[in-house]
Amino acid sequence: MNPSLELTDVTLVHPDGDGTVTALDEVTLRVDPGELVVVTGPSGSGKSSLLAVAGLLQRPGSGAVRIDGTDTAALSPRERATVRRERIGFVFQQSNLVPSLDAVDQLLLAAHLAGHRPARQRERAAALLAQVGLGPASRRRPHQLSGGQRQRVAIARALMNSPQLLLVDEPTSALDAQRSVAVAELLAEVTREHGVATVLVTHDEHLVRYADRHLAMTDGRLGELAALA
Amino acid sequence: MFLAIRDLRFARGRFGLMAAVVALLTFLVVVLSGLAAGLAAQSTSAVAELPADHLAFQRPADGRTLSFDSSTVTTAQERTWAGAPGVTDAALLGVAPNRLASGSTQLPVTLLGALPGSFVAPAALRSDRVVVLGPQLLETAGVAPGQTVVVGGHELRVAAGQQDTSFNHVPAAWVALATWDQLQGRTGEGTGPHGTVVALRTATGADLSAGDAAAGTTTVSRTGAFAAIGSYSAENGSLSLIRGLLFGVGALVVGAFFTVWTIQRTPDLAVLKAMGATTGYLVRDSLAQAGVVLAVGSIVGALAATGVGLLAGATVPFLVSPATTVVPLSVTFGVGLLGALVAVRSIATVDPITALGAAR
Repeated sequence: MNPSLELTDVTLVHPDGDGTVTALDEVTLRVDPGELVVVTGPSGSGKSSLLAVAGLLQRPGSGAVRIDGTDTAALSPRERATVRRERIGFVFQQSNLVPSLDAVDQLLLAAHLAGHRPARQRERAAALLAQVGLGPASRRRPHQLSGGQRQRVAIARALMNSPQLLLVDEPTSALDAQRSVAVAELLAEVTREHGVATVLVTHDEHLVRYADRHLAMTDGRLGELAALA
Repeated sequence: MFLAIRDLRFARGRFGLMAAVVALLTFLVVVLSGLAAGLAAQSTSAVAELPADHLAFQRPADGRTLSFDSSTVTTAQERTWAGAPGVTDAALLGVAPNRLASGSTQLPVTLLGALPGSFVAPAALRSDRVVVLGPQLLETAGVAPGQTVVVGGHELRVAAGQQDTSFNHVPAAWVALATWDQLQGRTGEGTGPHGTVVALRTATGADLSAGDAAAGTTTVSRTGAFAAIGSYSAENGSLSLIRGLLFGVGALVVGAFFTVWTIQRTPDLAVLKAMGATTGYLVRDSLAQAGVVLAVGSIVGALAATGVGLLAGATVPFLVSPATTVVPLSVTFGVGLLGALVAVRSIATVDPITALGAAR
C-alpha cells in the first residue's frame, strides 16, 4: 500500500532580505492512511512551510513529494490544483469558510470544485455534517456558527471529496480548551473512520495525546519524538 | 455560477447598489441616444429621405467645408452630371430657409426646390404655383390642401405631401425649383434655374471623381451630406462625446467596484485556490457575477429610459429604436464587463499559500 504522503529529503529556502532562510531542511516524512501525525514547534520553525509543500501549494527547492504514490515534481500548476481538489483536504487556522455559504454549501462548493454536481452530493454533505455534529446547523452561515462549529464545518468540507491526505493548520488556535479537545477528538475520529492520512501542525501540546505519531520541528528540521500508537 | 449566485444573494445590498448605478448610467446613455437620434432626425430627415444616393455640392473654397448654406450649383453643372457615365439620374435640389404665412400663423420652414417630375420631387409637386406640405405641417399651419398660403411673398396653393421631414430642426416644404430660385432673388433667365446641390442616383462603378472634375463640384454620399447641415455636426459631436464619457464612467465604476470586491475577497480566494480552484474558474465566476449585475442594471435602466422617452416623445425629439435602446444597452454591458475583467485580473496574483496560518 502506498503511503498517502511521502516527503523525501525536502528542502525549501526562502529569500530573507539580503540572505536566505531555510524553512525546510532535508525533511523526510511518510504518513500512511488512517494515521494522525501531529507536528509541533515554535513559530517560524517551518510547520506551515511543511503543509505548504505537502499540500502542493509550494514547490520545494529539492527533494521529492509523493501523494498516494504519485511524484508531484513534474506536475503542472493545473495538475497540482487537480490533486489538491481530489486528493487533499485542508483545514485552515481560522476555518476560513466562505462567508456567503451556509454549512451545506461549504461542502457542496468543494464537490463542485472537484467537478461533481452539487445536487447529487447533498446526501453526502448532510451525512458528513451529521458526523461532525452539525446536522441541525447545516443551513447556518459562518457568522451564525461558533468558532468550534466553524472548525467542524471546515473538517467536514475537507473530507467532502474523500481525500487521501488531510492537512490541518493550527485548528484550535482560536478555540478555548474544551472546544480544542472536541475538535482534536473529531480529527482523530475522522482520520480512523475515513482512512485518511492526517498531518496536523499546532502550537498546542495538548493535542499530542490524540496523535499516532508526534513530530517536532525546529529550524526547518523534523524529528520524531515518540511513537504513541 | 455556484459561488457567484450565492455571493449575489448574500451581498445583495452591495450588488443591488451597483446594479442601481449601472441602471442609472444606462438610463442616461439611452436617453442621450434617443435624444441624439431625435435631434439628428430633425436636422437631417429631409436629406435622409431623398431618393438620391449622392449629393454634389459647389466645390468649397480652400480651407472651407461643405455647407448647404454656401453651396450654389447651376443647371449647367446638373447637365454635366446627367451625362456622366454611371449616373442614372441627376436633378437640381434647392435648400433654403424661408417663412410660410397662413392667415395670422407664421411658421419658419425650409424650402426644398425641385423640378416637378424630377426624381427627387414629391409626386404632389406638379406646378410652379404649388407648395407641398406634410400632414403634420398642414395641421400646424392650419391649412388644408387646395387652400393658399404665402411663402416669401408668393401666394401658393397647398398640396398634401406623404410625409413630414425637416432640415436643421425646421419643417420642410417643397416648391418648384423655378419658384425656389425666384425666392432666392434669381430669375434663372439664360442660364436656367440654380440649386443648392445636384442630387444623384448612381449605378455601381460610377466615377464620381471624374464627374466632380468635370462639373466643378464635390460629391458626398447622402449620409455624408449630413455634416454639411449647420447644427448637425456640433449637436451630434457634443452628444456623442457625452455618451462616450458615460460609457467610460460605466467601465470605471464597474471596474472600481469589482476591484474593491476582489480585494475584500482575497483571503477567500486564497482558500478556494488552496482547495484546488483554478484562476480560470474564479475569474469566470467573478465575471458571471459582474454579468448578472450588469444585465439587471442595464436592462432596468434601458426600460426606464425607453418609457420616459416614449412619454416625452410628444414634446421633445426622442427616437426609440433598436439603435437607441439595444445598442447603448449592449455597449454599457460590454464596457462594464471589460471594466470587471480588468478588475478581476488580480485574481491571478492571489497566492493560495496565504491561506495558511504563517502567511496570514
